[in-house]
Parts: sequence; structure tokens; C-alpha cells
Amino acid sequence: MSNSIKNILLAGVGGQGILLASEILSEVLMLAGHDVKKSEIHGMAQRGGSVTSHVRYGARVYSPIIPEGKADILFGFEQLETFRYLPMLRPGGRVLVNDLKILPPSVALGKEPYPQDIPAKIAGRFPETKVVHGMDLALEAGNPRTVNTVLIGALSRLMDIEEGVWLQAIRNMVPERFLDENLKAFELGRNA
Amino acid sequence: MKKAILSGNEAFARGAHEAGVRLASAYPGTPSTEILENVIKYPEIDASWATNEKVSLEVAIGASFGGARALVTTKHVGVNVMADPLFTLSYTGVRGGLVIVVADDPEMHSSQNEQDSRNYAKFAKVPMFEPADSQEALDFTRLAFEASEKFDTPVFIRSTTRISHSKSIVELGEPVQGLPEPRLERDPGKLVMLPANARKRHPMVEQRLRDMAEWSATQGFNRVEEGSGEIGIITAGVAYQYAREVFPEASVLKLGLVHPLPKGLIRDFAARFKTVYVIEELDPFLEEQIRAMGIEVLGKDKLPICGELTPGRIEASLLGAKAELPLHSGEVIPNRPPNMCPGCPHRGVFLGLNRLKAYVTGDIGCYTLGFLPPLSAMDTCVCMGASIGNATGISRVLPPEERSKVVAVIGDSTFLHSGITGLMDMVYNKSAATVIILDNRITAMTGRQENPTSGFTLAGSEAYEVDLEQICRAVGVKHVQVIDPYEIDKTRELIRSEMARPEVSVIITRRPCMLIKRDVVEIKPPLYVDEDKCTACKACLKLGCPAIEWQDREGAKGKCHVNKHLCVGCGVCEQVCKFGAFGVCHVE
Repeated sequence: MSNSIKNILLAGVGGQGILLASEILSEVLMLAGHDVKKSEIHGMAQRGGSVTSHVRYGARVYSPIIPEGKADILFGFEQLETFRYLPMLRPGGRVLVNDLKILPPSVALGKEPYPQDIPAKIAGRFPETKVVHGMDLALEAGNPRTVNTVLIGALSRLMDIEEGVWLQAIRNMVPERFLDENLKAFELGRNA
Repeated sequence: MKKAILSGNEAFARGAHEAGVRLASAYPGTPSTEILENVIKYPEIDASWATNEKVSLEVAIGASFGGARALVTTKHVGVNVMADPLFTLSYTGVRGGLVIVVADDPEMHSSQNEQDSRNYAKFAKVPMFEPADSQEALDFTRLAFEASEKFDTPVFIRSTTRISHSKSIVELGEPVQGLPEPRLERDPGKLVMLPANARKRHPMVEQRLRDMAEWSATQGFNRVEEGSGEIGIITAGVAYQYAREVFPEASVLKLGLVHPLPKGLIRDFAARFKTVYVIEELDPFLEEQIRAMGIEVLGKDKLPICGELTPGRIEASLLGAKAELPLHSGEVIPNRPPNMCPGCPHRGVFLGLNRLKAYVTGDIGCYTLGFLPPLSAMDTCVCMGASIGNATGISRVLPPEERSKVVAVIGDSTFLHSGITGLMDMVYNKSAATVIILDNRITAMTGRQENPTSGFTLAGSEAYEVDLEQICRAVGVKHVQVIDPYEIDKTRELIRSEMARPEVSVIITRRPCMLIKRDVVEIKPPLYVDEDKCTACKACLKLGCPAIEWQDREGAKGKCHVNKHLCVGCGVCEQVCKFGAFGVCHVE
């Protein structure tokens, strides 16, 4: 397998805006001069199901999907979904996890427990785990819908790409009227 | 050269624009839907949602016969619906180029079967391109239109979920210039397929495939990438990307046209290697044809036929490598299946069907999720439009006491797609089942596309709003009733009384999808549970609403709780609570 390729797996729940976050990330990587591929599933997954988006970059990317056990970063928008996709990480991989919990149907029905202390369990196996309080920071930025931009801000610290490129991608992709709050959300996430 | 990062579906649309397409038609279907939704960015293309795939192809055939380039897009099972005109179109050929993009869904991420549409290329004797990334999706679309006109044939382009829904960097081109203007030109000997004409056309179809095979052997879209070592790989589509990932050193024959095959090229390539792998998703389509040439290859004896390929699956199958997955926690992780949205108008209908112990013949749409617990109210689901015919057949063979249990459920868009004929048959042949049309005014499951009940076209202009009641009455249904499915007791009572009726009856449950794009749905303040009144009976949990959560309490009875971030205030839960425990939050 090609060693120069880097892999980021985004995971969360349908409706959380994972696809838009991976669009911004792909734009950043293209602006930074990389070959980029990203892959995800639409359709059924929109209805509150488990959603992932695979983002790969490097000099020349072939497969649009990340081989099992080869993700460098797991970028989780919800605790349980982050936990679910840990096996996709390579040994020594890094985790960024939003502290949000969204109950799957079996848990909401009281038939199964939601696993306890997920961030601690993840950090136990992947010491390079960062927990982000996405919603708190989004509210601080002035709009709860900027959670994704907060999380992208936090992700930007884990990657060797200049801050200006991230800001450019956000300017390219976020509508003018939401731009200020998103730029603030990015900074809050980046400094979290 | 201008660059952009495009999904396969965006690239097909861009390719249609660059190829000078005049008309595009489709019925929505994952993973093909976004192609047409992107085609409308190019206003010179007259793009529209058709009522079903057969109609979409017939519309495109008309445009082609008028001399314009025409595009059809579909998911794999849509080709079954359009198969009738397709097979004869192969004989008539085209005037303006005609290209059908078919998107397969290996792994069935959003589909009811895993059919490999390459078999249709062979079956209908229609050439098929298969791109391996977004750049090829664009380039092959242009190429397919040229080939369509050059060889007087419709042309398939096969996509898969991983091509349609993956993004990669694409160099954009300029639209072709100088295409002839559409105009009438009579040619009945070619376009009227009665037997005498068709007999003359069939040998031309066979010759066309031989000509295309010869042509394709000299074209850049079939190429050899030289490597080192004793392994040669023959592959196409996204499987090519996986093959390059797993075997970076191997030589690869990458096919861009998967039907008809360039046999000389394959023979010369295979002769150079000790071991030849054929790496393809789903059926052994290339493999069987290559074996029939007398060439020994390794393929589906090792690689899976079922499901999609991944680099890991290829590695495990061909190299015996064990996936390194030491990081499983061992802890049980609850599944997260998709669910009907909070406020979904279908939810109360399925609760009623569950309580009435109806035998429900289902159909394709969001409401297929009514199968899942806790609603658990769907017993069959076969294909688009099947619910009504299935209900007719079951009720005709059952003893009278069981007959009244049979209820067909079908969405508004699915009913117009292929439910009307089933309903006509039900009346004509004196069946006695109940049909529920779940009318949410939109084609919801594929992402809220317009349809003839929504009153709007693909491009957003106003359109005639089909009258479902009148259609039902026109085919002979005497008992047609419309009800608001948010009124769950009334809805259940109506279903109960219509099930008992020994005649065909139709109930239309009408309320717009919560996610409808236009501002017709009012999101109301969320509800809350008064914990003093909640007796922990869990009746509200039977709705399976994502906003209602069960909370265990240490040393006490648990309680139900409403997640305010998810609740849209539809009030259905309030109606199922016998203890009046639900209240409406005050708006701040």
C-alpha cells in the first residue's frame, strides 16, 4: 500500500452535516496542492443512520475508500459513532471526538445501554485523542449550527496545512451572511 | 485548464454540458439522483423528472429521433423498468446521440438487490463505458455521445456508488460546438420496428458490436499500464483503483469500454504473464468472456461475487492477508439504522397498522423503514409499485377471514411510477384489498425530489398537481378517502373500517414530508414530558420517534424524555399518551 497517502475518516450521525465538513476538508487539501479523493454513502444513511466520509490525500490517490486499519485521523462528530469506527484507525492514529451523544433507536427504547465513558476509553487506546466541546463553542460563536466549523478548526491543529488555506476554503464555501460566525467558530475550535 | 473537485455524479452532469446535450430525463434513484440535480445548473439542457424510468428513456428516444443529444440516468433496478424500449432502441439506433448512465449499488447501500448492469449491455447489445473516477466520468460522457452517433447506437455508461458518490479532481473542458440543430427527418425503415424492418436491423446490430470491438482496441480508454513482475491484472471501474492500491507494481490492462471487449488486446496482454487476475465487482462479467477465449485467469474463484470490493477484501482474497484489526474493543456497540424523521407523517399510519395486525404489502420509499422495530408493520417489499399487485394476489388466494388483513402501502411518487396499473388491475379483477397511498407530496427517500403530486418540476417551476383521488376514482375505486395522518386515532379507525369492507378501497394519508424544501411545513415548539404524570408505560416509545428517549433512573422507575433539539412538535406522541404526560414547551 502506498505510504505517502494520508487518510482521514469522518464519522457521525445522518443530519449532522458530515458531508459538508468533508467538502470543506477536501477543498482545503486541494488548495494545499494535494491529490484528493473522498467517498461517502447517501440515500438511506440520511435518515439518522450511521454516516462516514472517507477523505484521502497525497501525491496520487487511487482508492477513494480508506483500507481497514489505515486511517491516520478519526474525526468523530458523535461519541458512539467515533467508538464504532476505531478499528479503521492505524496503530498510533489520532482521534478528534466531539463530546455529543445522540441515542440510537435501541438505546432510546431502553433496550440497550449507551456505552459509558467513551472519550476515556478511546484515549486509553489512542493516547493522541482530543475531546472537543463542539456545541459549547458553537454557541459561543453565536450559532449552534457552526459546530462543524468548530470541529474543523480543531482538526486544523492536527494537520500540517497553513491556517490561511483553511480560512480560504471556508470563505470559498460558506455563504456570505454566515461567514463571520463561521470564521469565529473556526478560531474557537482551533484554539480549543 | 480550470480544475474542480467533483463527485462522479457532478462530473457526469458536466460531461453532458460539454457534450452539447439538449434533453435529460430520469426518475430519481440512489446513487444516480444527483446527476440530474446537477444537470439543471446548465440551463441550455431541458432536464426533467419522468414518472418512471421507462418514460424517461422514451422521452430521450424522442429527443434523439428529433436530432438532439439526450441523456438518461437511472439506478441499476431502473434499467429493469426501461428494458422494453431499451432492447428495441438497440435495433433502431439513434439520430442525436443517446447515453444512459446507470449507477449500480454493490453492497446494496440503498437498494433491494445487487444486479450487475453490465449484463444488460451484453443482453441488449449496447456498448458500455465504465469510468474509474470523476475525470473519466466527464471524459467518457463526452466520448459516449461521440460513439453513439459514430456507431448509430445507444450507449451505456456504468457507474457504481463509489464512482457516483466519490469526489476527485477534474480538469474541465469547453462545450462542443457545431452540433446539428434538431429538426424532423423521416426514416421509417429505421425507426418503425415492425418485423420486416427489425429483421433488417438485427444483422446491423451484430456488425456494430464487431466494429466497436475493433475500434476500441485502438482507443486510449483501454490502456496497459506497464509494471514489473509476473502478475498481470485486467480490471475496470472503481475496481481498477483498488487493484492499483493493492498491487502497485503489477501491470494492469485497464478497460474503459467493458462491452464489447477488445479481444486481441486482452489476448496479447494475458500472454505475457504467468498469473492473470481479473478484478471486478459483482458478477464475473469480464472473467467469463476471457475464459471463453481459452485464457486461464483467477477471479471469482477467489474474489467475492456478493458485496462491493475494497482494497482490504482484495488483499484478503488474493494474497491471503489477514486484516490487521487489533483495536476492536470487544464491547457491544448498538447499531444505528436509519429511521423515519421526527414529525414524519408516516409514523402514525404504521403504528395503526401494527395495532390492527394488518398484513402489509410494502413498497419502495422512506416508508419501507416501517419494517423496523418498534413499528414493525411491513410484511413484503419487492420493487417499485409491487405493493398493490402483491396485495391483489395474496387476497385472492386467502380464505375470506384472512383476506381483510391485507393492506398495501405505497408512496405518492411510487404510486405514479407504477402503482396505477396495479390499482386498475385490482379493481378490474374484483380483488378486495385496502390500499393506503402515503401522500407526502414529494419523492422523499432519494432526497426530496419533485414529482407530479408536488406541483413543481425539477427546475422548480410550477406544474399541474396530479389529483390522486380522481385517478383512483377513474380506475374504478368507489371508496376513496383522504385523511391527515397526524390524527392517529381517526386514521386507525378509518383503516380498520376500510379493511373490513369487501371491496377495493383507497385511503390517502396526506401531509407534506417534514423535510420538504418549500416553506409549507410549520415546525412547532417542542414537547416535554411531565415526569409526575409519566407512568413509564412506554406507549410513546412504540412510535419509534428519534426525539423520544427512555431514561433509566437508579432506584426508581425510568421515565420518557423528549430531546428538544430533535422534536418538531408534531404532537403525535401526545395523542398516544393515556396519562396526559406530554406538554408543549413555551417559546422563548
